[in-house]
Amino acid sequence: MRRVYLDHNATTPLDPRVLEAMQPYLIECFGNASSMHYYGRQAKQALEKARALAAKVIGAQPDEVIFTSGGTESDNTALRGIAYQKRSGHIIASSIEHHAVLRTCNALAGDGFTVTFLPVDSRGVVDPDELKKSIRRDTILISVMRANNETGVIEPIPEIGLIAREHGIPFHCDAVQAMGKIPVDVDSLHADLLSLSAHKIYGPKGIGALFVKKGMTLSPLITGGHHEKGLRAGTENVPAIVGFARALEIAVDELDIYRTRVLHLRNMLESKLLMGMEGVALHSAGTERLPHTSCMGFASVEAESILLHLDLKGIAASSGSACTTGEPEPSHVLTAMGVSPEIAQGTIRFSLGRQNTEEEIEYTGEVLKAAVNQLRAISFPWQAAGKRISITG
Amino acid sequence: MNDEWKDMYKKPQEHEEQHTGPLLFYTELVIDHFTNPRNVGDLENPDGEIIVGDPSCGDQMKVGIKVCDDRIVDIKFKSYGCPGAIATSSMMTELVKGKTIEEALELTDDDVVIALGGIPERKKHCSLMGVTGLRGAIEDCCRKGARKPGKKHEKSVS
Repeated sequence: MRRVYLDHNATTPLDPRVLEAMQPYLIECFGNASSMHYYGRQAKQALEKARALAAKVIGAQPDEVIFTSGGTESDNTALRGIAYQKRSGHIIASSIEHHAVLRTCNALAGDGFTVTFLPVDSRGVVDPDELKKSIRRDTILISVMRANNETGVIEPIPEIGLIAREHGIPFHCDAVQAMGKIPVDVDSLHADLLSLSAHKIYGPKGIGALFVKKGMTLSPLITGGHHEKGLRAGTENVPAIVGFARALEIAVDELDIYRTRVLHLRNMLESKLLMGMEGVALHSAGTERLPHTSCMGFASVEAESILLHLDLKGIAASSGSACTTGEPEPSHVLTAMGVSPEIAQGTIRFSLGRQNTEEEIEYTGEVLKAAVNQLRAISFPWQAAGKRISITG
Repeated sequence: MNDEWKDMYKKPQEHEEQHTGPLLFYTELVIDHFTNPRNVGDLENPDGEIIVGDPSCGDQMKVGIKVCDDRIVDIKFKSYGCPGAIATSSMMTELVKGKTIEEALELTDDDVVIALGGIPERKKHCSLMGVTGLRGAIEDCCRKGARKPGKKHEKSVS
């Protein structure tokens, strides 16, 4: 069956060049980087080379990068690391953060910290003035993502980071989705903490990094040996770290080619659907978005039904909402943006990647149109709306 | 060193198409009713009709029935919802078409799910809409006087 993968925000395939870089460290150079003998030194050398490379890519110093098991652990280490260090206080995060940040904030709220979730406008953008108003004397951390995983919206981080810095408050930025799609530089973002993940940029799963600016003090989540400056105990996953560094290197080297390519394909997909159909809303339109993400709501059809039609035709995409528990769960991102539940329930996210082709996009557009039309033909709300659904946002 | 081990490391991974089952592990029958739902449409002058569900919660259904001599002679529906909701609505109409009102009122969610060869546990609640719609349409039919409520009917309609 023909297969089209348009879910790169979920995960990406491993770049063969990354695999090639990793391979020696899986079998031959298998040493523990903490060992003093030849095998250990070999691993240690690879580890530190990878760390230097990862640091260089984001404009950091090598000793400012610690490796973790992925984006979720990086976010947790940043948030809990600061919170447990300070013991009490106020945390500010945007309301459209990834669950790794959002639910960690909720957990910390349960531990006695106070949390403010910043609202976003209808495009999903945080207002820096709202942040200024939310800052309190006891604010210990501000966390706002570089770009959102569902809509691809890019947040005004240099401004937000600067506000945090001017107030002397540590600023954490989740750059998991932004990395490899737009430039990420810790200095220009004014980040004190920054989360990265490998498998979103054609690297291996189970590895990520946290940038910790010099002078920041965190409490470790995982204690044990003296790995990663005592911030993350556990034998370093050298092959994955080497692969991650190679993936970062490739992502940055090929950023321009990548952006041109996916942007062209995304524009094709969006114009095909927005021009050719009624009742389609493009989320976060009219503001800066990541070049590869397209989040669209289709009135009067349910997302999972669209996804099943797509899956039956070999196309992989995803939805922000899930009809799983008996309770409707519209995406927290779309809800925060004030998207109507009817549109949110029919929202599909397409996230493009390096290997997608024009032909695949053509095919997806056709299949999607047919699926939505077929579902609308049996949809009572579509009939009731007289096929004149007003779309906002 | 064991030679088999050496070979094991070199053995190319076979890429058989596995795990190609449809999304969310629906049965073939569910997929069939989802992609090709039965009895879709609108009835002119239905004897009973109802709209159930809430589009803001992701599902809504309209069901209409034609009743003749206490028998559901025609049934049509339109559904908005997840694959489970659409397939169970469709299967429900097949199960009750031609049945007496009494028989139709005995239909449960489980009957629909069994007829479809099962649906994933987490989607069970989606099957509620079809039977709720059916009962609502029958109730509407009784209200309109096309059929006098019977004993079983009063008991079953909530």
